[in-house]
Amino acid sequence: MNLLWLIPVLPLTAFLILALFGRRLPKALSTVVGCAFMGASGILAIIIALQFLLNLETTPSYTWSSGTWFTVGDFSPEFAFHLDGLSMLMTLVITLIGFLIFLFSTAYMATDEDISRFFAYMNLFAFSMLTLVLADNFLLLLLGWEGVGLCSYLLIGFWYTNPENGYAARKAFITTRIGAVGLILATVLVFRATGTLNIEEVLLIAGNWVSGNAIVTAIAVLLLLAALGKSAQLPLQVWLPDAMAGPTPTSALIHAATMVTAGVYLIARTHVIFELAPMVMTAVAIIGTATMLIAGSSALIQRDIKRVLAYSTISQIGYMFMALGVGAWTAAMFHFYTHAVFKALLFLGAGAIITAVHHKQDMFEMGGLRKVIPGVFYPFLLGCLSLAAVPFITSGFYSKDLILWKAYTSTEGNILFVVAGLVGAFITAIYTFRMVFITFNGKQHTEVDHKPGPIMVGVLAILGIGSVLAGFVETPHVLGSIHLFSDMLQYSVQDVTMNKVDYSQEWVLMGISTLLVVAGTGYAWMKYGKGAEAAPTMSPLNRFLYNGWDFDSAYQHFILNPYASFCRAIGIDIIDLLYKLVGLIARFFNLVLSRAQDGFVRHYALGIAFGTILVIYLFIS
Amino acid sequence: MLTAPLEYGLFLAAMLFTMGFLGLLVRRNLIFMLICVEVMLNAAGLAFIVAGARWGQPDGQIMMIFILTMAAAEVAVGLALILSIYRRTKTLDADVVSQMHG
Amino acid sequence: MNFPFILFLIASFVALGSTALAITGRHAVHALLYLILSLLSVAVIFFLLGAPFIAALEVIIYAGAIIVLFLFIIMMLNMGTRDHNSDWIQPVNWVGPGVMAALLLAVLGTAIFQGNPGILDTRVVTPQEVGISLFGPYMIGVQLAAMMLLAGLVGATHLRKRDH
Repeated sequence: MNLLWLIPVLPLTAFLILALFGRRLPKALSTVVGCAFMGASGILAIIIALQFLLNLETTPSYTWSSGTWFTVGDFSPEFAFHLDGLSMLMTLVITLIGFLIFLFSTAYMATDEDISRFFAYMNLFAFSMLTLVLADNFLLLLLGWEGVGLCSYLLIGFWYTNPENGYAARKAFITTRIGAVGLILATVLVFRATGTLNIEEVLLIAGNWVSGNAIVTAIAVLLLLAALGKSAQLPLQVWLPDAMAGPTPTSALIHAATMVTAGVYLIARTHVIFELAPMVMTAVAIIGTATMLIAGSSALIQRDIKRVLAYSTISQIGYMFMALGVGAWTAAMFHFYTHAVFKALLFLGAGAIITAVHHKQDMFEMGGLRKVIPGVFYPFLLGCLSLAAVPFITSGFYSKDLILWKAYTSTEGNILFVVAGLVGAFITAIYTFRMVFITFNGKQHTEVDHKPGPIMVGVLAILGIGSVLAGFVETPHVLGSIHLFSDMLQYSVQDVTMNKVDYSQEWVLMGISTLLVVAGTGYAWMKYGKGAEAAPTMSPLNRFLYNGWDFDSAYQHFILNPYASFCRAIGIDIIDLLYKLVGLIARFFNLVLSRAQDGFVRHYALGIAFGTILVIYLFIS
Repeated sequence: MLTAPLEYGLFLAAMLFTMGFLGLLVRRNLIFMLICVEVMLNAAGLAFIVAGARWGQPDGQIMMIFILTMAAAEVAVGLALILSIYRRTKTLDADVVSQMHG
Repeated sequence: MNFPFILFLIASFVALGSTALAITGRHAVHALLYLILSLLSVAVIFFLLGAPFIAALEVIIYAGAIIVLFLFIIMMLNMGTRDHNSDWIQPVNWVGPGVMAALLLAVLGTAIFQGNPGILDTRVVTPQEVGISLFGPYMIGVQLAAMMLLAGLVGATHLRKRDH
């Protein structure tokens, strides 16, 4: 366990090697370097996880410290990594799913000129993300938080020659920046209130506070703001669909499996603070629910396969936020974990499809791919079953069901959340199978000449099996009642108390959700079962949904334009004239003096002579 | 040996220097300009020798040796510059080579 | 009016006259020949001032080496030995430089004739004394001069190399 520091340092080493020597290394070697360190990190994570889990009862948490980071007055944060059930779960997901995605990338990016740059960014991302989840204090967490933001920016704009990608990258960076401000302010406020930034100590001190007092509410609001930005929840969700401009493995790793769930992790990590601010908890649940429905309905009408998945990611994180909002921390983390597996699978599958059809992303130009690329179809289908939460066999079912059950039973819960969650499940089933049917059924619109190789199919198969098996570590009371997952997290997060209810009601809930999934699937089959011939014409409502409820243009009209005119208005300023005058004077002298630099040597000599004569004259007089 | 007012020697140096200076300002041919610089350097050396002779010390002569060294180096570099300018512009007119204006 | 003084005056006039011809000459080669004459007469003055070593150096290095270098370049450029730009002859081009030169001479003259500089009563300073002084207190200067010559050598070589 004292090798904990090596887990983030291994990808950092790979990043340094690739960043310093990447251009000089042959492509094959930089690919190996890019992958091998991540693989080693993954193996190490498994070993440490086994060690940790075997001694979970005696040592529920472990801290590795390299000593004091820096000292300012009586503020001396440590450079330390903290391992407990929560951070271990995150570490395992990041390293293992990360490694699979890296492996997939070796095939996906093989023809790209800049593959060493790609792997450098990906490794830097892995390092930052691991720092984020293992951080022992808020400052280190902030370092990781900004690091993943930077990598996200770099990777969205990876193909920087297209200005649109650069625009998408800036949009993502600036939008998440709003959240980052929240995190920085929260850090400052935490330090002011507790005098320390160590997360464990902060949570201990916070435990003694009065519920609902001003400072804890303020901290919770700011942390929520940070989480909203990173996790693409209302009202900061607009960046994620555009973030699909990056390479598909990036979308899988950063914009589906790991980074976007950093907000979920942050709230779960600081759950003590949220428990003390019930109003904010309710806000979390409401925001999550609203986001889930809005993003889900937008996914219904998208044409770009990656945008469907992007909206679906926003929607699924909405579920997690709903779970967080009702105090079901375990359920949120469980959904994070199953979602990471099947959404990585779906993104990678989409990547394989996109390579197969000459980098087209419009589903209506694909069609009929089931027979052509079965190696992609079957894993992709497993992922879709999981996403749609098809009962009993898929991991998505168990995690989604746990969220709904907790929303129903928690003292913070509300029947409205359950209803909304069920509606969300219905929508999810529709858009998931709409995507499957349009892509794989019906007539083939594009010839396939580049079938995915064994590496791609292998990775997809592993994830496909994973997306089925991952759910069986935590099952409902009426279905075996396995609690491996919540046992692992029991020392890190404790769910809010639950109302006493009859467990047989779980059958009812499962029955309803099963019915809705079947109904949604059936609806999708009726409409798109034979594939789709041409893209549908858009009614105003569809256009509204297609644009993600028009958030972009609303922001443009109600925030950006007024802000721009405000800036223009205050740009005319008398004091500015003073500074402009300074500039003008400098400009004037520039004009005059640059005339002296006319390039004629004789004139220079004349100038020198004049100066010399003057000096001699001054000496003798 | 020579017995003369010090001013004569110094004024001769001043006049030679002024001549070289006048030539430098008037001429536009780079070779002539370099010649004028040589005249000025020589005049400066003469002033050193005269001053050294006034006190009967070797320091003036040493300064003249340094000036000689410098003149040799300066001519070598200066002529190399003139050559490359000539190859580039096919002229020795200093006014034509005035791209370095501000 | 002893003999050395008369010699000094003659040499001075020759130096001034030949310098004037050198800076106004039209043929580069002629100008160089006048310059040699000027340098030789300055060498005579050095000799009269009790600096025979420097007088020899003046002849060998200035008139010998440096001027020959000039000649080489003029022959290399094959510039027809004539200065084709003759607008510098025009009086209007002399006004500014003339005024400036007059000013310079006036200032220098004032500086020289101000006060009482004293009489030159020369003794011969032998090359031995010069050498002892040069490699004694002025050692650092010799080393600096050596370094400067090296820099000049490298610079000139580099400039010539880049052309090809």
